[in-house]
Formats: sequence, structure tokens, C-alpha cells
Amino acid sequence: MDKSPLLEADRLNVSFHTPRGVVHAVRDVSFKMGREKLAIVGESGSGKTQAGRAILGLSDGRVSAKRLAFHGETLLGLDARAWRAIRGRRIAMVMQDPRYSLNPVMPVGEQLLEADRDRGSAKTARARALDMLASVRIRDPERVFRAWPHEMSGGMGQRVMIAMMLMAEPELLIADEPTSALDVTVRLQVLAILDNLVRTRDMGLIFISHDLNLVRTFCDRVLVMYAGQVLETLPAAELAAARHPYTQGLLACPPEIDHRRERLTVLRRDPQWLEPVAP
Amino acid sequence: MSDAIIEVENLTIGFGEGKNRIAAVKGVDFTVTEGENFGLVGESGCGKSTILRALAGLNEDWSGRIRLCGRDMDKKRPRALRRLAQMVFQDPFGSLHPKHTVDRILSEPLEIHGMDDVEGRVRLALDQVQLEPVHRFRYPHQMSGGQRQRVAIARALILQPKVILLDEPTSALDVSIQAEVLNLLQDLGQQMGLTYVLVSHDLGVVAHMCRRLAIMRQGEIVETAMAEELERGKLVHPYSRQLLVASRGYDRNAIDAFLDH
Repeated sequence: MDKSPLLEADRLNVSFHTPRGVVHAVRDVSFKMGREKLAIVGESGSGKTQAGRAILGLSDGRVSAKRLAFHGETLLGLDARAWRAIRGRRIAMVMQDPRYSLNPVMPVGEQLLEADRDRGSAKTARARALDMLASVRIRDPERVFRAWPHEMSGGMGQRVMIAMMLMAEPELLIADEPTSALDVTVRLQVLAILDNLVRTRDMGLIFISHDLNLVRTFCDRVLVMYAGQVLETLPAAELAAARHPYTQGLLACPPEIDHRRERLTVLRRDPQWLEPVAP
Repeated sequence: MSDAIIEVENLTIGFGEGKNRIAAVKGVDFTVTEGENFGLVGESGCGKSTILRALAGLNEDWSGRIRLCGRDMDKKRPRALRRLAQMVFQDPFGSLHPKHTVDRILSEPLEIHGMDDVEGRVRLALDQVQLEPVHRFRYPHQMSGGQRQRVAIARALILQPKVILLDEPTSALDVSIQAEVLNLLQDLGQQMGLTYVLVSHDLGVVAHMCRRLAIMRQGEIVETAMAEELERGKLVHPYSRQLLVASRGYDRNAIDAFLDH
């Protein structure tokens, strides 16, 4: 049997060359993952999105790594043809904002079918697309199948994006803030769909989020990123006992329903956190 | 009650014409007393922001009754009365003019309302929201999201309103920045005797900021509760209870029991 991890990143780096110098967006990020729900959390600008894009070869920056492998096969230096066999098929990504990731001049249904190319007849493909729309809790799949992206709300668009990614039955799904535009109840229902896929289809999920409370209850393991580095990695259930002051600070910031306070705790950033983390 | 600062009776707001008309708010009543922060909670499309826009005078197509500071508001609101209630919008990236400096963003409302001492008022407003004098001649894109939202708050404060209408003021911000902005709003509210109406989908934020809240669904208020009742989980309506469960995080069993309201 295949003993290599689903995904392995060893010292992944992403940098951008700008007129004002080099911006090091991802610094020496290393992790291994299997069929699990792995969260990458951090604030805006922490590098979590750039790390996700780099894995899928979608980064606009300069990507380097000691090793970046999917099922033991390297993802570094693949040509366009090799990527086409992987991207969208074996590794898929759901982006944050459906307004920019759906094609505005193509009906939703056609876009879903595009994700399902060469998989049997047009009729079964259409039935599968309608199934997928229903599985992400779209009430009238027939209508949405014929709809244009601008006719849908943000929440609906996001569910279509997820349905599209599921059409290909990927082995690894990278979801970048897939639910932050959704209402709380719909958000949880969409997460339950992703949870099912991890359990029943053995899919791996990288869940990029800024919401520690959600990640704590939804994911298996958490990587905490700050300024491009992974500050700590820990099981989601043990997040409350996080050791790093940054993680503790982030957990203390949001107001709680069950425990009201006079004032909210403010994060005090320590310049030490920018120093390279010992491997 | 004599100290009611906002009185809303049978407020109905629709969009579209004839048979395409959609009722976004259906006969809503509520009262907010002076200094009492009031929250409107609900999911997208429930009508919470639509109510806020009508209170601010930004939507003139409503029926029912709106009283601010004891005065009936007409649909066409005269300039002097517009000052009473000022709004802070959700997206600090979209609500500030990208080609105006902070100085111009803050002085424009003063000029429109013919207020004196523009220089002094702009400086005071920046100071109140804890921005430095150097920020005054910056453009929005030269500032962080939190700083931009401070500018939006300063712009609302500068006309010395009685009521500040906050439409998801921190939902575009990181939690650490959210904490700073919410603390600032609390301080300003106490110092200046402001009354806030806060619209949010985040029950935690509303519980923290407000003394009382209304939970809305499909244009109607389904339940009004005190923040203490929310804290103790004492909500009555099934929809509000579901919202409360959902706000606590991912719980597999609870989700399977969710109803599509």
C-alpha cells in the first residue's frame, strides 16, 4: 500500500520581488498530512492563502521548497500538462470569493459540467451536477443549473463553487475561507458536507481560516501562522491549551456570548514572533 | 417613555414595483432609550440593514413611523435632521472615497452642514478615534483596515450625532483589530453619550456591545431579548435558539437537526 503521506511540505517558501525589495510571504513552512482536516489559521497577511496557492502551483511569487510532494510525487517544477492532470482533478481548491472565481459569462450548469469532463455521457454528467447542487443544500438545483453567476447571492455562489470542486471527487481539497461569506447556519451545513467527504471518500482537507473558534470545533489539527511562519502545530481539540502567546492572544480577542466582559482583550504583538522559528 | 431616542412603529419597507415588489421589512416595532445600545441580529436578507438605512434617512421608500429624539421623521429628511443619526458601514474599503484624503473625507460633511471651525473639528475627530495627525493627509489605500474603519467612525462622529448606526462595523476585520475597534466604540459611546444601533450577524459582538437585541427573520422581529438572557441561553423562539447553537461552533449532531427557516 501507499505509505507516503497525502501531502508533504518541507521548508516551503514563497517570496515576491517588488520595487521596494523582497517580500517573504511564506517562510520555511513544513508539514505532513493525511486524510484529515488540517487548518491553517492566522490573520490577514500571515501567508496562509499564499501557502495554499503555492501547493497548487497557483502562486504569483517565487516558490521554493526542499520538498513538496503529493502521494510521494513532487509538485515542484511540473509542466502545464502534468498540472492539468492534478489541478482541479486530484487536488481542488475553493477560493474565498465566488464573485471572482466563477466565470461571469457562463451559466452555472455549464461550469459544473466543465469540471466533470470525460466522465461518461452528458446525461449522467447533468444528473451528477444536479445531485451535487442538491448535496450542498441548494433548494432548486434545476433553476440554479440554468442560472448565471450574477443571479446568485454570495452564499449560493459559494455553494456552487464547492459543488463544482466535488464533481471531480478530489483526493485533496484546499478550501480558502470557504464559508466566511455565509450565514452561520448555512456555514455549518456546508462544513458538514465537507466533513462527510473527509469521512466517506477519504478526502484530505486543508481549511484556511482566520476563525479560531470554528477551526477548534471543526478541524483535526491546526497550523498557526504569523508573518509567513508556522508558530505552532497542535491538535484542534487542544487549541485552548495553546502555548504560543500569539495563539493565546488570538483566542482571547473575540467577544463570547456566554461570558461577557467589560473590555475585550487586545493582542500585544511581540517583535520576537518575527524571528525565525527553530525547526 | 420620555427618554426614548428612537421609536419605530409598524415600519414597512419594500423594493421593486407592482407585482415584483418584495417586502424586506414587514411592520416592525421597537423603541430604543437614550444611551441604551440596541442590536439587530439575523442572517442575510432578514431586513436588518434595510431598517438601519431607513433610520439613517438613506432609504425614503418606507411606511409607518420613525421618531428620532422625539421628532417625527418625514420620508424626505431635511439636512438639519440628517445630522441626528450617522452611519458606519461594513466595508471600510468600499465606504471611503479612494481618491480623497482623510482630511477631505472628514471636512466634507462639515462643509455640507455649514459647520464652523473645520480645522479644530477634524483634529478633534482624529484624536477621538486615536489616529495620529500624520494620518490626516493619507489616502485610504495607505491605511490598514482597522485604521480605515476608525476614519469611518470619525466621519460619523464629526457631525455630533445623537445616534450612531453601525452596520457590521467589524466583520471585515481580523479579531485582534475587531477587539480594538469595539473597545474604542464603547469608550466613545460613554464619553459622548451616544446611542448605538448595531447590526450584526455575530451574536458574540452583539452580546458584548448591546444591552438589548432583536432577532430578525424574513423582515420580522421574532424575539427581543436582554443581553443577559442571551448570555444565559434563555432564548425562546426556535429560530433564535438555532442561531445561538450555530454561533457556538461546529457541532455535528446539532447541524443535522437544523431546520431550513
